[in-house]
Amino acid sequence: MNSNESENEKMETTVKPTSLAAVAASLNTRKHGVRAMGTGLETRGIHAWFGSHHVLSDINLDFASGTVTALIGPSGCGKSTFIRTINRMHEFIPTAAMAGQVLLDGKDVYAAGVDVTKIRLRIGMVFQKPNPFPSMTIGENVLSGLKLAQLKVDKKDELLEDCLARAGLWSEVKDRLGAHGGSLSGGQQQRLCIARALAVRPQVLLMDEPCSSLDPGSTLRIEETIRHLSESMTIIIVTHNMQQAARVSDYTAFFLSEDGPGQLIEVAPTSEIFSRPRDQRTENYVTGRFG
Amino acid sequence: MSTVVVVKPTKPWAVTPKDRIHGAILFIGAIAATYLFVAMTPMKGKLAYFAIFFIFYMAFTSSFQLYFRGSASAKDALVNSIVAIGAAVTVLPILSILWTVIQKGLPGISLGLFTRDMALATPTDPLSNGGLLHAITGTITLVSLALIMSMPIGILTALYLTEIKGSLTKPIRFLVQAMSGVPSIVAGLFILSAVLYPITKGYSAFMGALALTILMIPTIARTSEEVLNLIPNDLREAGTALGGTQWRTVAMIVLPAARSGLITAMILGIARIAGETAPILLLTGGGDRVNPNAFSGPIGSLPYYVWKSFNAGSPEAITRAWAGLLVLLALVLILFISARLIGSKKVGKK
Repeated sequence: MNSNESENEKMETTVKPTSLAAVAASLNTRKHGVRAMGTGLETRGIHAWFGSHHVLSDINLDFASGTVTALIGPSGCGKSTFIRTINRMHEFIPTAAMAGQVLLDGKDVYAAGVDVTKIRLRIGMVFQKPNPFPSMTIGENVLSGLKLAQLKVDKKDELLEDCLARAGLWSEVKDRLGAHGGSLSGGQQQRLCIARALAVRPQVLLMDEPCSSLDPGSTLRIEETIRHLSESMTIIIVTHNMQQAARVSDYTAFFLSEDGPGQLIEVAPTSEIFSRPRDQRTENYVTGRFG
Repeated sequence: MSTVVVVKPTKPWAVTPKDRIHGAILFIGAIAATYLFVAMTPMKGKLAYFAIFFIFYMAFTSSFQLYFRGSASAKDALVNSIVAIGAAVTVLPILSILWTVIQKGLPGISLGLFTRDMALATPTDPLSNGGLLHAITGTITLVSLALIMSMPIGILTALYLTEIKGSLTKPIRFLVQAMSGVPSIVAGLFILSAVLYPITKGYSAFMGALALTILMIPTIARTSEEVLNLIPNDLREAGTALGGTQWRTVAMIVLPAARSGLITAMILGIARIAGETAPILLLTGGGDRVNPNAFSGPIGSLPYYVWKSFNAGSPEAITRAWAGLLVLLALVLILFISARLIGSKKVGKK
């Protein structure tokens, strides 16, 4: 990632796509210097296939601890496939294959002998559609990860409150933790799924278009949640909504597939991607000329 | 003062009284035509009335529609009546059976039926002697034993087909489907020759339950497979993404989510075997007294009791048989309803 640009340079640029760049630049939560903290997650030469169909080619991306990275790009460019290779959900598709390395704190998650369930505890995931477990109450849903992974926790009630509070849902559900998870609205269900992912204390959180099925109000709540969470974890979010990428992310990576496998076209601090992208294709995409 | 306009909700698409009268005329016309037709031709009997009525009704309604509304409406009316025939043909025999069983069984029902067995009575005795207790307890024993054995095996088979999807999935699915067509007498003979003759050398409820298990497993496995296939893959992914192993995810998320469907599978399994007679005749020996030991000695059951009573032939015995049938139907109904109630219990609200 290019973090050498100084803040001043960004402010001086002749802003092209005015609104998005302004949004991205106006947020004072940017932390491009954070990279010095150490890189928690790196991908090295990730390729992915479904059968003989090559969907993703040579993705090299580093995700600094405590940052939010947005993955943008048209449908079918392999963004979701990419994040599913990170927590090894890719392998659930029978025809799937991959190449490359995903380094979590320097260790390849695909190395022989790695316990894949431990990897998924450290790299949590929130899906496109809210999917609370239908047979469980709200409280049980939040703590389900602990039961699934058979983890012991001393103060369950505190953890429950903490996770729901961090997901921005506590005040809305604290009086009905015993109610059905499905009785919540779509936006609440998605925040419940975020709380569920937080309960196992992941260091990375993958979000696959978490707001695509939600109304604008719920979307804003979830974006607030993402910004809060980024203080304590690395977040990678796939989104089709460029406003959202501009609002929540520190870095933005643009993926594109041009009659072939999806490729990483450009990655840069978000304000830069939306103000002066280096690649013409990125500019076309973020200014809405295609895609 | 402005006048308040009250707008009444209307249903301009609803059937008007005029339409109803036309429908009734066509219906009555079809009945009359059927009667005349049957009276004039050598075709006689209830079935002839039934078949000809539908042909006439179809012809009348569709030509009426053709004349007044055009060919599209006529086709619509034609298909409507064909669908109605399908529904009627399905429902009529069931209603007829229920009606016959209730009508003929009710006179034989008394409190004593449920408190006495036939140890000291013969089927031809007056109805005040003897009862059904041995048959009811026997059927419950047989069904419970078969359920205990087939439910885990059936669900595990379904899990193999839907969750593990191993290399044997296709042959196993094929075998399970083929097994659901196995005639019950074959299952009975198999247990008779493979277990009863060489090993236990005596009738027991357990032998009968083994044969019933063979019949029940395919039903439970196939229904469970369909139900598990309906569970969205999202939930499995969410479970594994939270760090659950496949087994934990299936046990904690997939199976609870499929609970009501699995109970349906159980009900269908029970329905398949509750009235099964052939293997029972071969394997249980059909005792006349209550047998509390499921693993030794002959045991009665409702289908056996009905068969035996019909064979005895006296009016009392026939009444007993109908009463037995009624009790069997009621028992299956009670099982259905209680299973539904358990299955539909929602996640508790605290």
